[in-house]
Amino acid sequence: MTMTLASAGSIESAVAASAAGSGFWLTTLLGLVLLLGFVALWPMFAIWLERKVAADFQSRMGPMYCGGFHGWLQSLADGIKLAMKEDLIPRDSDRFLFWIAPAVAFFGVFAAFIALPIAEGWQIADVDLGLLFILAISSIGTLGIVMAGWSSNNKWSLYGAMREAAQLVSYEIPLSIALLSPLLVVGSLRLGDIVAFQSAADGKSLIYWSGNGWFALYSPWTLLAGVIYYISSLAECKRAPFDLPEAESELVAGFHTEYSGLRFSFFFLEEYAMMFIVSAIGVLVFLGGWQPLPWISIDFAALGFLGKLVCVGVVLFKAVFLVWVQIWLRWTLPRLRIDQVMVTGYKYLTPLSFLALVMTSLCVHCGDRVIPTLF
Amino acid sequence: MASTVETDLSRPPDTYVDVRTQELQINMGPQHPSTHGVLRVALWVDGEIVTRAEPDIGYLHRCAEKIGESVTHVQYVPYTDRYDYLAAMNNNLGYCLAVERLAELEIPEKAQYLRVIMSELNRIASHLMSVGTYGIDIGAFTAFFYAFREREEILRLLEWICGARLTYNYIRIGGVMRDAPQGWVEDVQRFLDWFEPRMDEFNQLLTHNHIFVERTSNIGVITVEQAHDYALSGPNLRGSGVRWDLRRDQPYLLYDRFEFDIPVGTGIKGTVGDCWDRYWVRILEIGESARIVRQALAQMPKEGEVMAKGVRHLAFKPKAGEAYTAVENPRGELGYYLISEGGQISYRSRIRAPSFCNLSILEALLPGTMLGDSVAIIGSIDIVLGEVDR
Repeated sequence: MTMTLASAGSIESAVAASAAGSGFWLTTLLGLVLLLGFVALWPMFAIWLERKVAADFQSRMGPMYCGGFHGWLQSLADGIKLAMKEDLIPRDSDRFLFWIAPAVAFFGVFAAFIALPIAEGWQIADVDLGLLFILAISSIGTLGIVMAGWSSNNKWSLYGAMREAAQLVSYEIPLSIALLSPLLVVGSLRLGDIVAFQSAADGKSLIYWSGNGWFALYSPWTLLAGVIYYISSLAECKRAPFDLPEAESELVAGFHTEYSGLRFSFFFLEEYAMMFIVSAIGVLVFLGGWQPLPWISIDFAALGFLGKLVCVGVVLFKAVFLVWVQIWLRWTLPRLRIDQVMVTGYKYLTPLSFLALVMTSLCVHCGDRVIPTLF
Repeated sequence: MASTVETDLSRPPDTYVDVRTQELQINMGPQHPSTHGVLRVALWVDGEIVTRAEPDIGYLHRCAEKIGESVTHVQYVPYTDRYDYLAAMNNNLGYCLAVERLAELEIPEKAQYLRVIMSELNRIASHLMSVGTYGIDIGAFTAFFYAFREREEILRLLEWICGARLTYNYIRIGGVMRDAPQGWVEDVQRFLDWFEPRMDEFNQLLTHNHIFVERTSNIGVITVEQAHDYALSGPNLRGSGVRWDLRRDQPYLLYDRFEFDIPVGTGIKGTVGDCWDRYWVRILEIGESARIVRQALAQMPKEGEVMAKGVRHLAFKPKAGEAYTAVENPRGELGYYLISEGGQISYRSRIRAPSFCNLSILEALLPGTMLGDSVAIIGSIDIVLGEVDR
């Protein structure tokens, strides 16, 4: 990933910079290439991690041979296998939709990476409405999944697609509302600003250490919002216990039943890239972004390029940790039933996220962090 | 049952909403991850709700009963392994008891103890398989591997004594194949000491998991009347609260010498006879089987014959007559009905397979449940298709 020259953070200035011939398009292109590399390599690592972690939980070894050390090349081998497979399109399917669905699913997630900062100023496009952009564009992936399920002309696939759609509408709401609570406090949708707020050392933390205010520790309400966000994000990326769209014991393989080869692997890439996106947003919004510890604020800007690299390391570490928790949950919990998924979303998470939002806004209004002192 | 949404005729025609909802007929199986083999269930669904279900069997039909009328009695024993392949020892046992009743054979005491130990170990292995795969049906993978890890140890013990891991052919007409090898008895004891605490771990992981309980309690409730109507047996019957176990109520082998409880469903987490109760009965039965094995190991004579005289040849002929014996298979009452004319080959051989009878209740249980529940219910009935189709 690379530094954007659009430092002012708006499209106009970017266009202006490019018009000035300062290499905006070159850097953006380079950034996109690096991003593509990351989005392709990350799922390989994540899949390998998932297999090893799952094996560890289940007292097995997992992949051990490919590549020599703990099967680290196994994902590459699987990727090559998938790429070599015949590209099957069922005769009675809707060919165009079937053909384009994996691309649509993958596009949404890939596009979301553009606005994701991994250090102050290190992102492809420094969008003012970064958080909103990521939420909006990553939901397009769901469209691809619904297209895949519909076009396959398979009843199980259709079930998977319908479940995905139902799940999306019931979990997008608490997820977005949960993200509103920290936004109210910060007053900006730019992810860099949200992290900067959490980096400022002014003793804002709930645990009254002299420290920065990670939103997970900022107040009980933002903590609640963080927990709601994490649970909803599991449903967003179809992870257990909300993996109903591809519940293999019920729906054979759900929406990708008819897919094979490279097209199937695109859904895989999409799922794991999505896991990273939601974890990274969780890190940036609730877990202090590139600040390594909740009670120490480090001024990375003063450390120059090396400081930026440390930031990247911290963000990646925390995001991988959250992904690891997702894996942990998947291999521990059974799957909910579809009506229980809906009940969890509508009856518990949505009201609770509203509670967090209302309480946070009262707190912001009253200038306190924990209990609103209206009178 | 197609229904049409009422259209409002007062509105202009171009705004008619012609929405037809139609029942969807969907095939679960024969290639489906959670039909436990090659069962096909034709489901009629309204959205996620199942309105009608028809189990369709026969994909694994192997003329089992006819083979029993074409090979000699001794030759037929290995075939019985293949019916309920998860509890092959119990199948061997049921058939051998039937032939022995015809032949009026006296079985040496040590052989009887070995038969008890083997069939109870096999019951533990079978129940572990059942509860583990039930975890997969509900979506919990790790429990399955835990169950398999324990089952593997049992298979190792069984392999040690008879050389096979799945199709044992160990219990033979007139006794058992051979005596336990040196050190085997001690190893079984060591295994039990290691195994019993492991079940607590398993219960923590799966049995008392909140999501698992939510998914299985109050689902697929079988009332006592229903259970009797559909001739259920085994854990499915006991899950409904009926304390009926052939090992106690119609003792065979030496089961009257052991102390053990018969766990029944009590509706701890929901209604009596729901999926969780059936599952819980299996978990408790694992413990009871371990108790029986411990007692049998302690009581078993050190020395002794393991085979009755004069049956170890293919030309063995039981007396003419008919016999029905039933044993408590892990899945219920396994009966063998034989008619002999005094020759080497049975005139009629009939198997009363517990899975076959248990399966029949699906038709009554599935309607009204959700698609995810139907998987939970099929799993809780615990069928083995090798036995259903025979």
